Amino acid sequence: MAYQENIETTGAPRGRSAGEIAGDWYRRAIVLLQWREASITLAGIALVIYFQWTSPYFLSADNLGVLGQFAAATAIIAAGEVMVLVNRELDLSVGQVYALAPLVMYFAQQAGTPLPVAVVLALAAAAFVGLLNGAITVGLRVPSFVTTLGMLFFVNGFNLTISGGFPVQPEAGAFWKTLFGGNIAVQVAWAVVLVVIFQFVLTKTRWGLHTIATGGNPIGAAEVGIRTGRVKIGNFMICSVLGGFAGILDAFRIESVDPLAGGTEIMFMAIASAVIGGTLLTGGSGTVVGAFLGAVVLGILKDGFTISGVNAYTFDMILGIAIVVTMIMNVHISRIRAGGKP
Amino acid sequence: MTDTNPGTDVLRGEHLSKSFGAVRALDDINLRLGRGEVLALLGDNGAGKSTLMKILTGFHQPTSGTLHIDGEPVTLQSVMHARSLGIEPVYQDLALVDELSVFRNMFLQREITRGGALRILDDRAMRRAAASHLERMGVNVPSVDVEISKLSGGQRQAVAVARAVYSDARILLLDEPTAAMGVRESALILDVIRRLKEHSDVSVIIVAHNYAQVFDVCDRINLVQDGRITFDRPTRETSIQELTGLVVNEYRSASEAVTG
Repeated sequence: MAYQENIETTGAPRGRSAGEIAGDWYRRAIVLLQWREASITLAGIALVIYFQWTSPYFLSADNLGVLGQFAAATAIIAAGEVMVLVNRELDLSVGQVYALAPLVMYFAQQAGTPLPVAVVLALAAAAFVGLLNGAITVGLRVPSFVTTLGMLFFVNGFNLTISGGFPVQPEAGAFWKTLFGGNIAVQVAWAVVLVVIFQFVLTKTRWGLHTIATGGNPIGAAEVGIRTGRVKIGNFMICSVLGGFAGILDAFRIESVDPLAGGTEIMFMAIASAVIGGTLLTGGSGTVVGAFLGAVVLGILKDGFTISGVNAYTFDMILGIAIVVTMIMNVHISRIRAGGKP
Repeated sequence: MTDTNPGTDVLRGEHLSKSFGAVRALDDINLRLGRGEVLALLGDNGAGKSTLMKILTGFHQPTSGTLHIDGEPVTLQSVMHARSLGIEPVYQDLALVDELSVFRNMFLQREITRGGALRILDDRAMRRAAASHLERMGVNVPSVDVEISKLSGGQRQAVAVARAVYSDARILLLDEPTAAMGVRESALILDVIRRLKEHSDVSVIIVAHNYAQVFDVCDRINLVQDGRITFDRPTRETSIQELTGLVVNEYRSASEAVTG
């Protein structure tokens, strides 16, 4: 997806030798591999074929709904992680923000705030956590791994304190409930819309360009006058807000605001989605669409194994292998992309 | 080009000194740069070249002495301030982003955008402008869409110089433009500087330690030794042999001083 629009693909006109046509196909294959999301797409297609073959229910509407449940929230958070990862940073606290936002929304409602305002307040709280993550990382030069690790524990404790440790039920009229993900199709639609928006932001806007520059060459970006600190803080805020929003959607879907929801599990799933989707941990390179496909592939794995009756313990083992194998594939396909250079 | 009338100098430094604590990095430097002139600042590592360069870019402020731009005394507050006055540095690391295409690097931090506050990149306009500008400067790249990581060292340097010129630079500061480059690669960048000299009145300061590589392209040579400028002469009035002799002599006297 990343500015490959200029690679020319010439169709094979009639009357050419078999060798030339084979050359064309070879070139097309290379063009396909140059597409950053190639490996994750191939992995996804292979898995769908495999699970559909083992269970005819895999592609049924019901099961696709279950798949959406597995993938939608993770994909939204992964979009945020991609922005942070491209900045050469990391956000470990987003899983706790996922639980914080619906709690803030709930308590705002309890205090008499109408729901839409409560949602805005919840997202503002999430943004504030991102602001702190960014300000501490940039201003006090603490590695984001440490800043957000601390934030993970702090927000978790905060969530448990304000809720007393018990889950509560979100309250909303039918319209708002549906709009905010009470229906899985709506939630998937949110995920798709947000992924498209952030892929656009990353590849087609000044903000995205400065995000890539800040992660790819931090000193150089600062030398040309990009305010790299501001870019990083902004992306921490984006990641937190997306985490909070995903939490609100899930709270309405499962009709519960649980202070222990999400947590490290959903955070690691989001980072895994980003990484197997083709985003580098070394910064400067990433794809939101890839992360979305990564979340879908992880969803397919989880859902497919559930249908085939593989138990949860085995799932984690296979997930672990899948992450490393896709990463290895990515490294080698990137090498082909780079024209044989290591 | 080597007019001695100070009125035509775009840049002049008078009695510039810089100390870091007890260390005197620069000692009473007098420097001048004419309009359209290419000046080479030559010297060994640690001679004070980079300190001088950093004063000219606004990164360091001199401990004493004054800078003049177009005859007016100025105090450069910061790198951004120096750039706003037309002093454009090209650092050794080039400040290029490997992961971005040539044209996106060319326009980094001065992107052409549309869509108001959304700041959507106008890739078409940037692509076109970058291609025509590079062509004018004689910089050959396979395509402006190619990622910087795919370019050779010389091509990168040429892109970085072209970018600096594009920003309406009046004074280009090139930090070791041919360092760690082969003959063919450095020829590439020297060609760009030559073309710049022919087609514009941009003044250039080249900081280098390999004087043989830059000898052919500069109008005047300053030798920086031990925090002072010890030699200032038009290129046509000196030779590589003479420069070599000066540097070797300095070594000899330095080692004699050490061994007594």
